[in-house]
Amino acid sequence: MTAVAGRPGVRVGPFSWVFRPRLVLVPLLAAALLVLVMALNIRLGDFPMSVGDVLRTLVGGGDPTEQYIVFDLRLPRSLTGLLVGAAFGLAGAITQAISRNPLASPDILGVTPGASAGAVGVVVLAGSYGGVAGLASTIGLPLAALAGGLIAALLVYVLAWRRGVDSYRLVLVGIGVEALMMNLTYWLLTLGDVTEAGRAMVWITGSLNGRGWGDLVPVAVALAVLVPVALIGGHVLGALQFDDDTVRNLGARVEPARAVLILVAVVLAAVATSAAGPVYFVALATPQIALRLSGTAQPPLVASAVLGAALVSVSDLIARVGFGGIELPVGVVTSVLGAPYLMFLIIRRRREVRA
Amino acid sequence: MIQGVTASTALTERRRRRVLGLVLLLLGVVAASLASIAIGSKSIPLDAVWHGLVAPGGSENDIIVRALRVPRTELALLVGAALGIAGSLIQGHTRNPLADPGLLGVSSGAAFAVVVGIFGFGLTSLYAYVWLAFLGAMVTTALVFLLGSAGRGGPTPLTLALAGAAVTALMQGLISALVVLDQQSLDAYRFWRVGAVAGRDSVIIGQVLPFLLLGAVLAFANAPGLNALSLGEDVARSIGQHVRRTRVLGIAAITLLTGGAVAACGPIAFVGLIVPHVARAITGPDYRWLLPYSALIGMVLMLVSDIIGRVIAWPGELQVGIVLAMIGAPVFIAIVRRRRLTRL
Amino acid sequence: MSTARLRAESLRLGYGETLVVDGLDLDVVGGTVTAVIGPNGCGKSTLLRAMGRLLTPRGGHVLLDGKRIDKTPTREVAKVLGVLPQTPQAPEGLTVADLVARGRHPHQSWYRQWSSDDEQAVAEALAMTGMSEFAERTLDQLSGGQRQRAWISMALAQGTELLLLDEPTTYLDLAHQVDVLDLVHRLHSELGRTVVMVLHDLNLAARYADRLVALRDGRVVAQGEPGEVLTESLLREVFDLEAKVIADPVAGTPLVVPVGSRHRTS
Repeated sequence: MTAVAGRPGVRVGPFSWVFRPRLVLVPLLAAALLVLVMALNIRLGDFPMSVGDVLRTLVGGGDPTEQYIVFDLRLPRSLTGLLVGAAFGLAGAITQAISRNPLASPDILGVTPGASAGAVGVVVLAGSYGGVAGLASTIGLPLAALAGGLIAALLVYVLAWRRGVDSYRLVLVGIGVEALMMNLTYWLLTLGDVTEAGRAMVWITGSLNGRGWGDLVPVAVALAVLVPVALIGGHVLGALQFDDDTVRNLGARVEPARAVLILVAVVLAAVATSAAGPVYFVALATPQIALRLSGTAQPPLVASAVLGAALVSVSDLIARVGFGGIELPVGVVTSVLGAPYLMFLIIRRRREVRA
Repeated sequence: MIQGVTASTALTERRRRRVLGLVLLLLGVVAASLASIAIGSKSIPLDAVWHGLVAPGGSENDIIVRALRVPRTELALLVGAALGIAGSLIQGHTRNPLADPGLLGVSSGAAFAVVVGIFGFGLTSLYAYVWLAFLGAMVTTALVFLLGSAGRGGPTPLTLALAGAAVTALMQGLISALVVLDQQSLDAYRFWRVGAVAGRDSVIIGQVLPFLLLGAVLAFANAPGLNALSLGEDVARSIGQHVRRTRVLGIAAITLLTGGAVAACGPIAFVGLIVPHVARAITGPDYRWLLPYSALIGMVLMLVSDIIGRVIAWPGELQVGIVLAMIGAPVFIAIVRRRRLTRL
Repeated sequence: MSTARLRAESLRLGYGETLVVDGLDLDVVGGTVTAVIGPNGCGKSTLLRAMGRLLTPRGGHVLLDGKRIDKTPTREVAKVLGVLPQTPQAPEGLTVADLVARGRHPHQSWYRQWSSDDEQAVAEALAMTGMSEFAERTLDQLSGGQRQRAWISMALAQGTELLLLDEPTTYLDLAHQVDVLDLVHRLHSELGRTVVMVLHDLNLAARYADRLVALRDGRVVAQGEPGEVLTESLLREVFDLEAKVIADPVAGTPLVVPVGSRHRTS
């Protein structure tokens, strides 16, 4: 058997892959970071606990207070952050690969702006006209966000459909719908009173404050179902990066593969958004960071998911304990952390590669 | 040389058509301006509009015309032209038909500076916002440009866009942090953010006018260079154009125009994105024609949107930024769907 | 012998970490057609780009009429030297007349945008390339051969005495290749232009050029008249190609007939 330079094979029985060490190394390192941050995230807070306390509580020990803090407050919140980050990272990687555009994110698919408009609409209108703000925010808000996200995504897809969906047209229509939804959101923000606007603002920035098992479960279910689909569908992503004629030439069935992957990205982003709001920048930046760290030509799916989880977890830790008594929405920290890092990667890469 | 003559008469013919188009558009601008002065929560008959413009007295109509409608119309004209020109420039320089003047982070930088002004210094007047927004726009664009051109390759469309996205996200995060912490900031910010021409007076116009004029002059000076650049950097160099100098000039123009517009009205979406497409469909890819067309079409779009905002929510009104999004998004999607987008 | 109009002195050229050309000297004599030949990746296009100041050398200089090209204002250079890259790009909807008119860029300024000189130069360039009847068409409506003629027409309208063409025959069928090269020949014989072009087809290069420059790995292996340069031993040295060289039955210039493994007798 002759080896192809740069593409060493790993073959087990009927399975075979190309072995790329950095593609394995990057997620592993990110996962290690993730575990560390999770541990810190559960340990730190108004009621500090030692690692030993946390571990003891996790396996069933600890007093009722510790049990409450770990199981009802910090663990579900940390896990929600982790899963939401993974969902955004994965959705972003898929979107960027399909649209062949490094600036694409689920925003382009209409999901996050639609969810924002839906959520802000509920907060503002329920507050101003219904007087059921409490109820609306606990039950209605995630549902409104989910509905808004899915409707906007459907709108984008339908409007982009014209004898098939062309990637470029999809992005264009997505930009139009996104701008419309964001302007609608900002307009809705001017309607309610300022307290409601404040709550809505926290929501559209992305926040994990007070998230519990109820927020966690839908994201977990979505990930459990969709990650395998994404990974199986992911092998055609390499082919989908070329222009459509080349894709057909390579034998990939363009339309179904693309439709399924778009659906995966939409649902992941919609569910994640309904749990934590459209956490700024995670879906846009993590695929680009993962791509640059792994040295691949297109955003790697697994690495993007793990890095997304790591970014949100680290950011939530900082948002929670980094500013004394004030807790910031996690979306503030993801963008403040992620943006400079992405800029650094852009600059460094140019120094390396460009003449 | 008969063939040569045919070619040049055809060129003259085309130039005549283009001039005619400009004249028609100019008439459209005048009509829209008059409508903008006449229509509103109190509608004013055209003869009263004329009276208010030419020989203002102390009547209620005259005061409304002079103090409210005229400044607002002037502002819409200025901002529409500025954003139209800036949109054509940014799409040309990035060779990207989707580029919007906000791409370089101008709007987000302006917004951040405004929020910092409110949060840190308790500023609440629109006059103060103008300077803050303008300063923020300048600093942010400079930052994006430096980041996008770091390394030896100089600025490329992709790195500029990525740097713009990164800086925008950073600014957005910081804005969120500040407005979440402080309700007063949020209250001022949310109204500034939707973008409006209402409530601005001639003082604000005076503040931004020099920058917009300078930006427009730079933009028109940039047109021949942009024509050369549209043939690719190699050909542009080969026909004697300084690539880097042209880029810097263009970005300076975009920054002044967009910064001035944001400073006066807050972030206004879609004008810079859509107007160049409409203009290009008429003029083709010659920037010496494309820029004046973009300016006039931007004026008409801005005025018409502002008038619609006054009519549909009568006797109240909807901010022009919202109307533009509601008109602009469907128009934009229709353009996208109708045909494949132009290669620049 | 006349002096060199364009001269490369110990040029070092590269992209990023890689050095493509290291210490190359070359003279381009006025009033000649020079073809640069060599295998893929030998630095032909890189050299041409550097000679046309599209690429800044790592070391050495390019001299235009004895003056350093990088010290001369680019607009002044553009009045003497035109470069046509391999696959130039144009915005959609650009007409042939507009494209050719943009060749007048170095002669224009903000107050002088369309002088009678400009108009005449554009009309002549269109006529010379046989593109007058297509002046109103947009570039996308043209065939590959016509599009190439339109671009050459633009370079012509620039009115430069020197023209550097990077593979002007790429993507064209044989008839159109001959067509374009005939045009190049007329630029030389009728208008006295000095042309340097990168060409892949050795036989056409031998027929249309006064001088050949053979490059390999960024070095000049041989230069001179086609008959002196195109020999069997040189083809082996430069291209690793086994070939017979016979006389072209039409032009008498060398004609390369590759051997190939299918017909190898030994």
